[in-house]
Amino acid sequence: MAWIDAALTSARPQVLGALLRYFRVLDAAEDAFQEACLRALKTWPVNGPPRDPVAWLIFVGRNFALDEVRRRSKQTELPPDDAIVCEPEDTQGELAERLDASHYRDDILRLLFICCHPDLPVTQQIALALRIVSGLTVKEIARAFLASESAMEQRITRAKARVAAAEVPFDTPGLAERSARLAAVTTMIYLIFNEGYSASGGTAHVRVPLCEEAIRLARLLLRLFPGESEIMGLMSLLLLQHARAPARLNADNGIVLLEDQDRSLWNREMIGEGLALVEKALRHRRPGPYQVQAAIAAVHAHAPRPEDTDWEEIDRLYEILETLQPSPVITLNRAVAVAKLRGPTEALAMIEPLAAKLGGYFYFFGLKGALLTQLGRIDEARTAFDRAIALANTAAEAAHIRLHLDRLLKDASLPANQAG
Amino acid sequence: MLYSILCYESEALACGRTKQEDDAMMVRLRAVQRKLANEGKLGPVARLMPTTTATTVMAGREPLVIDGPFAETKEQLLGFYVVDCPTLEEAIEVAKLLAREKPHGALEIRPVAVFNPVGPSK
Repeated sequence: MAWIDAALTSARPQVLGALLRYFRVLDAAEDAFQEACLRALKTWPVNGPPRDPVAWLIFVGRNFALDEVRRRSKQTELPPDDAIVCEPEDTQGELAERLDASHYRDDILRLLFICCHPDLPVTQQIALALRIVSGLTVKEIARAFLASESAMEQRITRAKARVAAAEVPFDTPGLAERSARLAAVTTMIYLIFNEGYSASGGTAHVRVPLCEEAIRLARLLLRLFPGESEIMGLMSLLLLQHARAPARLNADNGIVLLEDQDRSLWNREMIGEGLALVEKALRHRRPGPYQVQAAIAAVHAHAPRPEDTDWEEIDRLYEILETLQPSPVITLNRAVAVAKLRGPTEALAMIEPLAAKLGGYFYFFGLKGALLTQLGRIDEARTAFDRAIALANTAAEAAHIRLHLDRLLKDASLPANQAG
Repeated sequence: MLYSILCYESEALACGRTKQEDDAMMVRLRAVQRKLANEGKLGPVARLMPTTTATTVMAGREPLVIDGPFAETKEQLLGFYVVDCPTLEEAIEVAKLLAREKPHGALEIRPVAVFNPVGPSK
């Protein structure tokens, strides 16, 4: 029954979002959705799938919950116009018409938005979104975070209680409110992706399921808001980054840097879609951080070989990104382009002032070590690499830096090579 | 007679397929395509990118460019074939061959009125 599972998974955000609007209580909406899914598993294999699975599930879920309320208060007389329809097919079409696209949009946005409640730490936001919106099991989420199932269960329960206690925004959002919600939600989707792209702990350096889930959510969001250039940018960025996943680790799970990657392993289909989206987004002439980052990823995707990379363009794009979103991490990334264009001395001068802010950042010391190596300042390079290893988040990161150190030691034993 | 076979499917479901499922389906579809090509029936085949990449230009004296697909429907046009078959009956048989290799969706057969793969004729 793989097709039913797929249908239920893809219907989940819309159905749960609508049920939440009716019941205003997350637990009640989840129970109703659960019940509707059970009914679907029973009747769909026999009757075939309904024409509109989403409307069917909302209808059945809502009726189930209304039934429950009645069962609990038998003494109350039922209003006659609120009769329960046993077979949902008849009224389904009518219901579907009322649930027009604009409702769906705000329902799903609300569902995503309550997961990024500002009081929740980021890891809880992500766990909650994966549980509620994506419908992953606690076990699956625990595996993704390399946490124990009971710890994850607790984390999600706490997050849910936090959300339940908070004011859930049920009014239809105005323009400003909607764009604020969108911004919060896009950030959360980006964080889910990042958690998969460079895992913050444990042994696995890349967690593909988290990346794929983030892409699925971004696609959902973009389908709801097809004209938002920053969502196009986000979607494009995620696709272009994820396209490189098959080339980012070698057979021993070691990190392979962009310039050493086998580009024939990059996923061309994802790159094609990513390029199409960033091109479409930039037409709007409303650049935002995601679009610019996507444009940078696009420059890499366009280069058949590392030496074909247009570093001038990358430098220019990072400059725009620095003004849109000033951050030492962005300056650090720009320094890579500067090193390619104007050499390690200039790049080093650029990142040295960042030391105070990035003193606990793995990549800062990784890049610093690499630049110092290029300049032949071996002892300083070694100090930087040692610091990077101490700050490594995953075994793969540490192993990658150790590789650099080994090379340094080898070169140091062959003094003739040092000058080169 | 040329027929187009338009492949409609719920995009959410199509995007929800795992890579393995999708690859397996494409292998089966390519086998059908090879058979049709050997029989001289197969014209252009296209798989379209998701509708999120779509841009729509509304006709008019001042054409309006909007993002997204033209129609908000439950099922979207995700790809198409052009096949050369003497009768509708045979085009239906071809569509059935393709339909058997797809998990859901529908194939709409539309006879082609004008077909010009190389631009305007002189």
